[in-house]
Amino acid sequence: MFVLDNAWIIPALPLAGAAVNGIFGRRFTQKAVNAVAVGSTTLAFLATLALVGEFARLTPAQIPFIRSFFPWIVAGNFRVDFALQVDQLTIIMLLVVSGVGWLIHIYSMGYMAHEGGYYRFFAYMNLFMFFMLILVLGANYALLFVGWEGVGLCSYLLIGFWFLKRSASDAGKKAFVVNRVGDFGFMLGLFLIFRTFGTLDIHTVLSRIEAMSVETAGIGTITAIALLLFVGATGKSAQVPLYVWLPDAMEGPTPVSALIHAATMVTAGVYMVARSSTIYVHAPLAMEVVAVIGCFTAFFAATLGLTQTDIKKVLAYSTVSQLGYMFLACGVGAFSAGIFHLMTHAYFKALLFLAAGSVIHAMGGEQDMLHMGGLRGPIRTTFLTMLAATLAITGVPGFSGFFSKDEILWQSYSSPYGSWVLWLVAVVTALLTAFYMFRLIFLTFFGAPRYDEHHVHVHESPQSILIPLVVLAVLSVAGGWMGSGRFEEFLRPVFAHAEEMRAQLPAGAAHGLELPLMLVAIGGALVGFLVALWMYVRRPQAADEMATKLAGAHSLLFHKYYVDEIYDALIVHPMQWLSTNVLWKIVDVAAIDGSVNGLGSLARDLGQEARQVQSGNGRTYASWLVAGAAAIAILFLWLGH
Amino acid sequence: MPLASYAVVLSAVLFGLGALGFVFKRNIITIFMSIELMLNAVNLSFVAFSRIRHLLEGQVFVFFVIVVAAAEAAVGMAIIMQVARNRQSLNIERIDLLKL
Repeated sequence: MFVLDNAWIIPALPLAGAAVNGIFGRRFTQKAVNAVAVGSTTLAFLATLALVGEFARLTPAQIPFIRSFFPWIVAGNFRVDFALQVDQLTIIMLLVVSGVGWLIHIYSMGYMAHEGGYYRFFAYMNLFMFFMLILVLGANYALLFVGWEGVGLCSYLLIGFWFLKRSASDAGKKAFVVNRVGDFGFMLGLFLIFRTFGTLDIHTVLSRIEAMSVETAGIGTITAIALLLFVGATGKSAQVPLYVWLPDAMEGPTPVSALIHAATMVTAGVYMVARSSTIYVHAPLAMEVVAVIGCFTAFFAATLGLTQTDIKKVLAYSTVSQLGYMFLACGVGAFSAGIFHLMTHAYFKALLFLAAGSVIHAMGGEQDMLHMGGLRGPIRTTFLTMLAATLAITGVPGFSGFFSKDEILWQSYSSPYGSWVLWLVAVVTALLTAFYMFRLIFLTFFGAPRYDEHHVHVHESPQSILIPLVVLAVLSVAGGWMGSGRFEEFLRPVFAHAEEMRAQLPAGAAHGLELPLMLVAIGGALVGFLVALWMYVRRPQAADEMATKLAGAHSLLFHKYYVDEIYDALIVHPMQWLSTNVLWKIVDVAAIDGSVNGLGSLARDLGQEARQVQSGNGRTYASWLVAGAAAIAILFLWLGH
Repeated sequence: MPLASYAVVLSAVLFGLGALGFVFKRNIITIFMSIELMLNAVNLSFVAFSRIRHLLEGQVFVFFVIVVAAAEAAVGMAIIMQVARNRQSLNIERIDLLKL
C-alpha cells in the first residue's frame, strides 16, 4: 500500500522534473533535459501502475481511498486539507494522463529536437503533468481548482511557446482571458458550495447532496451550483460559447496540442462534471443545459471543421465537437459513457495530433492541407496510424471510438434525460465527423502531390516519433474492446447515486431499438465517408464547385460563423473602448494619477508661496517678530478681559 | 496715580520706541541699541511691578536679564564686527544672503 498511502509521489515526480529543468535546464545538454523530463514522467507512469495494482487489492469499503497529508488552509471554520483521493474515476484519469502524457513526452524528444528553448518546453510540460495529476487526484474542490488553474497557466505558457510570433502570444492571451470567464463561474460555484455546505471536500459535499431532494422546479441552490460549475467547464473544455480559444491554441507546438488541447486538459471539464455527478442528477435543469450545450457544440464545431484547410485547425474543431459528445453523455446521465469517450478520445485524438505533427514534420513545417497530397507513400507509418485514429473517431465498428460513441448515441436516445432530438443531432454530427476526417485524410495522403517536390523533401519521422504513434494506434484500435458495459461496471461505484436517481425516472420505451439506431449511426458515418470520397478523390473539382455554388454557406463556415468578429464587436471592442477612454484616461490618468500628482504639486506650490516669507532681509524678520509679539500681547489682553 | 504706574507707562513708551527702531532702522548698531532699549524697558516694568505688588521676584528677574543682556551684547557685538569687516558696511538691507 506504499504508493496509495503516498499518492503525492505521483504528481511530485513531474514537479521535481519541472523544477530541475526549469532552474538548471539552460546549462544542460539535450540528453540531460530528456533524462530529467522523460525520466520523471516515466517514473510517474510506473508509480501510477503500482497504484493501480494496489488499488485492485482494496475492498469496496475502502473506496474512495482518501488520504489527507497536511492541513493546507485553516481560517476560522474554513479548512482545506492537502488531501488526495483515489477511486475508479481517478484511476481512469490517472492512467490516461500519465500514460498518454508519457508517450507524448517521448514523442516530443524527437519533435522538438531542433527547437530553441528545449529545456523550457519540457519544464512547462512537466509542470503541466503535475497540475493535471493534482486536478484528478484532489479530494476537495479547492485542490481541484489549483490543478484547474495550473493547467490553464501551462496551457497559456505552451500556446505562447514561440512567443516571438505575434499570433502565438495573442493566442496564449486569448486562451487565458477566455478561461478567466469560465473560471469566474467556477469560483462562484465553489463559493456557493462553501456557503451552503461549509466545506469544499468533494466526498462530504456529494454525500450531503445525496440526502437532499431533487430540485425539480426552478433554480435552487443545487441547480445554481451545477450551472456555475458548468460555466467553468465550458471555459476549460471549450464549449459554446467559450470555445473560441481552442482553435487559436493550435499556435502552440503540436505535442502541446495533443497533450493539453486534445487528450487531457480540455477534458478536465468533463471530469469535473462527472466527479460532481451527484450535484447534476439533483438538478435536472442543469442536466438539460449540459446536454443541450454539449449536443449543440458537437454539431456546431463539426460544421466548422468542414471548411478548414489547416490540418491542426480541423483537429481542433473536431476536439471541440468530441468534447461536446462527452458533455452530451453527462447531460443525459450517462456519466460513465462520457468518461469512456474521454478515454478513447484521449487515445485517438492524441494520435491524430501526433500524426499530424509527423506530417508537418515531414513537410518541413507546412500545415495547409491544400499544399499536401499524395503523402501515403512517403510516410507510410504515419499514414497507417492516422488512418487507424480516423477510423476510431468516425466510429467504425471494432475501433475504440465506435464503442464509446455508440454508447453516447444510444444513451442520448434511451436515457430518461435523453430525447430523439439530441440523438438526431448527434447522428448528424457523426456524419459530419466522418466527412471532415476523411476529407483530411484524402487531402493529405491521397491524390497528386500539391507541394513543390524540389523544395520539400518528404521524409518519415524518427523512431522517437513513430513509436508513440504505433502505441497509440494500438490503443485507438483496442482501447474500447472492453466494451462500454464492462467499463460502466467498473465505474459503477463512482456513479452509484447518479444511477440510482436515474433508475427512479420513467425510462423511455426504446427496447429493441438499440441495433437499428446503431446501424443508422454507422450508416451516417458511411455517408460522410462516401461524400468525402466523392468530393476529394473521385472528382477533386467537386469541392470547389460546391464552394462556388453555395458561396454564402461556404464563406459563413470558412469565417467560422463570424463568431470571433461578433465577440470582437460585442465584447472586445467595447471593453477596449471602456479601458482606453474611461479606465485609462479618466480613472487612471485623471483620478488616480491626478490626485497623487495633485498632492505633490499642491505641496510644491504652497512651498513656492510660503518661501516668499523667508526674504533673507533682517528687517522683514524683525517686522514679523514684532508683529508676532504684538499679536500675542493683544491675544493675552483680549483673553484677560 | 502712584509713581510706579508712571514707570510702567514709561516702560511701554521705551519698549515701543525700541520696537520701532528695531523695525525701521538700517544701521545694525542702531538696531542693536534698540534691542537693548527694549530689554531695559522690560527691566523697568519688572521693577515697577515688583514695587506695585510688593514682591521681590521681579527685581531678581532684572538681574538675570542684565546678565543675559551683557552676554548677548558681547556675542552680538562680535558678530557685528565680523559683518562690518567682511562687508565694509553696516546696512542691514545688504545682509540678506540667508534666503534661497
